[in-house]
Amino acid sequence: MDTHMGMCVQRGGERLRISEYDDLRQPRHFDNKSPPPSHPESEAFAMADIDVKIAQWKLVEVGRVVLIRSGPFTGKLAAIVEIVDHRRVLVDGPSTEEKKIVPRHVLPLSHATLTHFVIPQLPRAAGTGPVKKLWEKNEIDGKWAQSGFAKKTDRAERRKNLTDFERFKVLRLRKQARYEVQKAHAKLRAAAPKA
Amino acid sequence: MSDLTKQFGKGQRTVPAQKAQKWYPVDDESQVKKVRKAIRPAKVRESLQPGTVLILLAGRFRGKRVVLLKHLEQGVLLVTGPFKINGVPLRRVNARYVIATSTRIDISGVDAQTVEKVSAADYFTKEKKAEKKTEEAFFKQGEKPQKKQVASARASDQKAIDQSILASVKKENFLGSYLASSFSLRNGDKPHEMKW
Repeated sequence: MDTHMGMCVQRGGERLRISEYDDLRQPRHFDNKSPPPSHPESEAFAMADIDVKIAQWKLVEVGRVVLIRSGPFTGKLAAIVEIVDHRRVLVDGPSTEEKKIVPRHVLPLSHATLTHFVIPQLPRAAGTGPVKKLWEKNEIDGKWAQSGFAKKTDRAERRKNLTDFERFKVLRLRKQARYEVQKAHAKLRAAAPKA
Repeated sequence: MSDLTKQFGKGQRTVPAQKAQKWYPVDDESQVKKVRKAIRPAKVRESLQPGTVLILLAGRFRGKRVVLLKHLEQGVLLVTGPFKINGVPLRRVNARYVIATSTRIDISGVDAQTVEKVSAADYFTKEKKAEKKTEEAFFKQGEKPQKKQVASARASDQKAIDQSILASVKKENFLGSYLASSFSLRNGDKPHEMKW
């Protein structure tokens, strides 16, 4: 949430002027789009002006994409199609790639991690066909590949499968890159005026 | 065994040349078992193709990365450093004490005649010393240690074999320094889970 306090900080190292300081004392208004209303006796008003918002939690809901963390489909994605009870959900992962497919089955929630992605307006208990259509329409696989988690696991997998010679090359190339960075850094340090 | 004819007075009699034994041995002589095993050439792993880069695990050069030249009939592997890169000479190693990597080096240009010569059974055997060590010589040595001299024939064989290997090593980036570096395990390394 971006408060006025945060915006002031973003302006850089400038000193706060009095008018800006006054700004800070305005009631905190969490909606960025409309300008903050001006109230002369702001202190008293601040207590009453509370904006209730929906929490940004990831919910177990129909359409939520989950990452499976154990069992035969470890590391694959599936969408929640139906909630069985408070511990189990029915999932379906109809990816276009053969090796990413998760067949429709009941999954304990303790084996799943909720992702940020939700397939909006997925009908409850939709069959594999409609789920697949919406899955492709929402580009879940593509979005997932862009996520930091997927990138990290991909890299770990690739690192794991390096041969001895490739490991050696990684070692050497990293060393070369490090050397260049340190050289540039040293140059900057030398050029900087001594405090 | 031929019988003999012997004169007994006026007549002759044939007598066996060797008298029969008066007694039989108490124990039956045990029959020697027939050996049905044959000496077959040693079968080595599929990954150990000539030209493969190996990691030596035992001996004086443990940890070194070397190039496999040939399987010898003695059941060992013939390897070379190349000597100029990592100091490992032409050497026989046990295939059990070796990790085969997936890196291959082109060794088709290696002089086949020299390899043949090196893979002979008595190539690596020690030559007998001309003079025996005397006590006197032992004490003398303490003063001035004699340096072991490498036979010049060995050195020239080494050069002849390494020449083309060095050329093919140069073609690939980092390959030379890879062979020069030695392998070791570090914290968290799991050799059974590594790909080679």
